[in-house]
Amino acid sequence: MRAIQDPTAETPLQATVNGASVEATVESRMLLADFLREDLGLTGTHLGCEHGVCGACTVLVDGAPVRSCIMFASQIDGRDVVTVEGLSEGEGLTDLQQAFKDNHGLQCGFCTPGFLMTISGVEPSDYPDDDSIREMLSGNICRCTGYGGIVDAVKQVWGRAQ
Amino acid sequence: MKPPSFLYARPDTLEGALAILDEHGDDAKILAGGQSLIPLLNFRLARPRVLVDIALIDQIQTIGDNNGTLSIGAGVSQGDAEQSADVRRAAPLVAESIGYIGHLQNRNSGTVGGSVAHADPAAELPAVLTTLQATMVLRSSGAERMVPADEFFVGPFTTALGSGEMLYEIRIPKKPAARSHIIELSLRSGDFALAGVAGQLTMTGDVVGDVDLVAFGVDAVPLRLTEAEAAIRGREPSPAVLEDAAALAASAVDPSFGDVHADGAFRATVVGEYTHRVLLEVTR
Repeated sequence: MRAIQDPTAETPLQATVNGASVEATVESRMLLADFLREDLGLTGTHLGCEHGVCGACTVLVDGAPVRSCIMFASQIDGRDVVTVEGLSEGEGLTDLQQAFKDNHGLQCGFCTPGFLMTISGVEPSDYPDDDSIREMLSGNICRCTGYGGIVDAVKQVWGRAQ
Repeated sequence: MKPPSFLYARPDTLEGALAILDEHGDDAKILAGGQSLIPLLNFRLARPRVLVDIALIDQIQTIGDNNGTLSIGAGVSQGDAEQSADVRRAAPLVAESIGYIGHLQNRNSGTVGGSVAHADPAAELPAVLTTLQATMVLRSSGAERMVPADEFFVGPFTTALGSGEMLYEIRIPKKPAARSHIIELSLRSGDFALAGVAGQLTMTGDVVGDVDLVAFGVDAVPLRLTEAEAAIRGREPSPAVLEDAAALAASAVDPSFGDVHADGAFRATVVGEYTHRVLLEVTR
């Protein structure tokens, strides 16, 4: 991350997004979610509430799940970002994505990228039981599934009895 | 739902940040984790002309455990503070309370200092730092001053921070013999607290020595429960004494402080019950 000593309306940024190097100059006010969707075409990151409540826009920054709708694009300078497009290396589904499919962890799918990124960015050992898994998922809102299928998907991919 | 235009700076020295604050005064805001500020910008409830990102100022990103005092730099993330062995040992109430702040995604970005400077009446850290009798270290160009937590929070979203001043560090006096606990009620996990109580207590033999009890979400600023504290200080923590203190805590809450989610009478009941539970835990 580079210093910007004087206040500026446009900010240069250089970052890694899904393993690729990205260089751009953005309006200082541009949100990370909008940069990903509109400048990079990574529309898998969804915008729901746009004030940090629903979790649909969750991405990984330096490995940690964060809300891309309440972070500026300028704040990823020098950092590593992973979006839902970066989960799978090829065309197929990852084990986590397959687990969502197997367990009816999605219906309309709007919230799914956010859930996938949150689950991808946490340590299973920090969430040893169902209650703690539900707590971990509480920062992502799903209006279709009632969450049961999502909890089952997490348990499947973490190798726990369902 | 997009932020208004602003000028953005990310100085790598404290002096650089303070110089920008000095030049722009109230038109400049500090950007720390952005978990409260950026929603306000998205809603256009705030329109600062200049944002000063403090992510590159190394000296405010550290946690220090010196003799007698735990210091937390204003830029330390909530997640890092929650996981810090120093914080867990020297100020376990801080680590416990951070678990209640938003969701893990917010805590990864949000900072301890940001929550304190934002001063939401329902926020945990302002109440906890009041409980722990912490001191806020404020810096401005060429000056430093210390403000105790009891005087730092002056109203909803309003603190003792003046124009050109920024929160630099939080100093918490260590009390190795004390026990502490926090409980809050919210509609859903991660929501703002409807009401909560934080407490710290030290026993002197069989009687209560120092005791600090603070409620939050029930007043414009963290509400020190002075009558409840006085009711147990110097006394044996018998069931009757604890129940008396809990009743005094409930009666300290202004019954007109309510909103659509919970009226003041309900919040007062919660503060009484949670004061009782906190006292049972710390005198166990």
